[in-house]
Amino acid sequence: MTKRFALGIFDDEDVLLHAVENVREAGVKIYEVFTPFPIHGMDDALGIERSRLPIAAFFFGLTGLCFALWLQIYTLGFDWPMIIGGKPHIALPAFIPVSFELTVLFCCHGMVITFYTISKLYPRWKTPVLDVRSTDDKFVVAIEVNENTDMTKLTQLLRDNGASEVNQKEMSKF
Amino acid sequence: MATLTHQESVTAEYLEVTPGTRKNFMLIMVAGVVLLVVGIIMSMMGIGAHHEAGAAAHGAAHGAAEHHGSAPWLKRLIVSLWHNNVFFTGVASIGTVFVAIQYVAYAGWSVLVKRVAEALSAWLLPGLVIMIVVFGISLINHDIFHWTLPGIMEKGNENYDEIIAGKSGFLNMPFYLIRMVLFLGLWAFFTKKLRDLSLAEDLNGGTEYFHKSINVAALFLVIYAVSSPIAAWDWVMSVDTHWFSTMFGWYIFASWWVSGLAAITLCTILLKQAGYLRWVKEGHLHDLGKFMFGFSIFWTYVWFSQFMLIWYANIPEESVYFNQRLGGFNGQYTWMFFGNLAINFVFPFLVLMTRDAKRQMIMLKIVSIAILIGHWSDFYLAIMPGTMKAENGFVIEIGVALIFLGAFLTLMTKRLSQASLVPIHHPFLDESIHHTT
Repeated sequence: MTKRFALGIFDDEDVLLHAVENVREAGVKIYEVFTPFPIHGMDDALGIERSRLPIAAFFFGLTGLCFALWLQIYTLGFDWPMIIGGKPHIALPAFIPVSFELTVLFCCHGMVITFYTISKLYPRWKTPVLDVRSTDDKFVVAIEVNENTDMTKLTQLLRDNGASEVNQKEMSKF
Repeated sequence: MATLTHQESVTAEYLEVTPGTRKNFMLIMVAGVVLLVVGIIMSMMGIGAHHEAGAAAHGAAHGAAEHHGSAPWLKRLIVSLWHNNVFFTGVASIGTVFVAIQYVAYAGWSVLVKRVAEALSAWLLPGLVIMIVVFGISLINHDIFHWTLPGIMEKGNENYDEIIAGKSGFLNMPFYLIRMVLFLGLWAFFTKKLRDLSLAEDLNGGTEYFHKSINVAALFLVIYAVSSPIAAWDWVMSVDTHWFSTMFGWYIFASWWVSGLAAITLCTILLKQAGYLRWVKEGHLHDLGKFMFGFSIFWTYVWFSQFMLIWYANIPEESVYFNQRLGGFNGQYTWMFFGNLAINFVFPFLVLMTRDAKRQMIMLKIVSIAILIGHWSDFYLAIMPGTMKAENGFVIEIGVALIFLGAFLTLMTKRLSQASLVPIHHPFLDESIHHTT
């Protein structure tokens, strides 16, 4: 599916931040903002809701904990019981380090994979980039447009708020 | 709204300690004295302690090396003076450690709470004096430190103890006193140095004080890193003279550090609720909350690292420490042992886990009070079994703690009121005001 975007290019992050606020106030829906580095306050300005990633993290961690406990209790307690240091076969204090490590391992890997998947940052043959300068020194505001959009008005709005140029670009597989 | 160029004019604001507040601090101290007197009377009449059972266990544990200390009430008083002073002085030192870390890390967010941390260290010099005095008193009947017994390191003496004699190179009176004075003196010196630079910056402005502070802070942190574990061995671990643990220095530091963070958070919130520190926003509280949350886990990590190795190896000379606390003396420390983990790990961990909880004053207040009580108990658990054996109690101890608390708060608020609560010429002040998390 092909999407068409109007791209407002900004030179300064502070101008960008106010522009985002004003453009949203004017009732224009912003698709995404691309910047070379994270900008403080941008999430609030874009009205992005808090991520639900921590909830996923909790369940990944829980999975890791259950797996670690099962692994140790089954192997050391039932499958191949051995006496180590005169302790009981299922000695919970000795299981804590491994349980902790596996909880963290599952949690962080799960979070990274989830985040990359939902952000479409996984490896692809061709990475869609709206404007390559957004990886260097420009800040790009992408607004999705269609044939009904009044481009002159939109261009004027972006220019009024400090955009140094306004382009259009079509993207497939975005 | 977080914007970058928006300038807000910041003015100095001064804390005014009202007579009512001073009266409250006095009341805390008076309550402490009352509890102390009640506790002493109760102890003299033999209520609320385990004298008989304790004496038997005590004798069995130490056998021939037994010595007779002061009367139970006096011994309890001396030990709890030591316990409270080690706790409060350690927490006081954290104020300067906090400030120093923020300087070395070029941290901007903490500028607004810097004065609170600075004021926390007001107790260091009184702490030094009390520590020397209490140590001197404890020598009369050797109530706190077994290794101070005369002749314990002389072969052939009836008090001779081979293991303790082997530690005489480190645990001898002159070296011990030198370390005590040197460490606390150095901590107090660097506290004053950083404080003076900070006050001069308020007057004159400019960045030279900031750069100078970074050098002073870096030097202090190196010195503190070496001296704080040694102080932990001296003041806490040498109570159980036979026993040793390589994790102990970290463990005590972690306890001091998380209590200090809780104290800074609590003081910041109380000041904010009293109408001061209006630039401190949710973001700053969030960061303080993250600090408390993180270092509660860090304390547990160190605690468990010490516990697990000793539990696993199960070498008698090491496991005696946990034997005493976990089931020893008819199990009278067992509830504290598990309560310690509950209040210092489980409670902060569960309560402060969500983002929202770290941004709410009421949650932070509850948790920081719990952490302060919890780590006071942690020190109680570290010092009492080795000194009081089974004859510990709580009335005298809490009384002494309240007296310390009242005095600590009086000194702290006095120092807070001596300078602007906002360091108006700190180069990172603007960053701190616009801090968002």
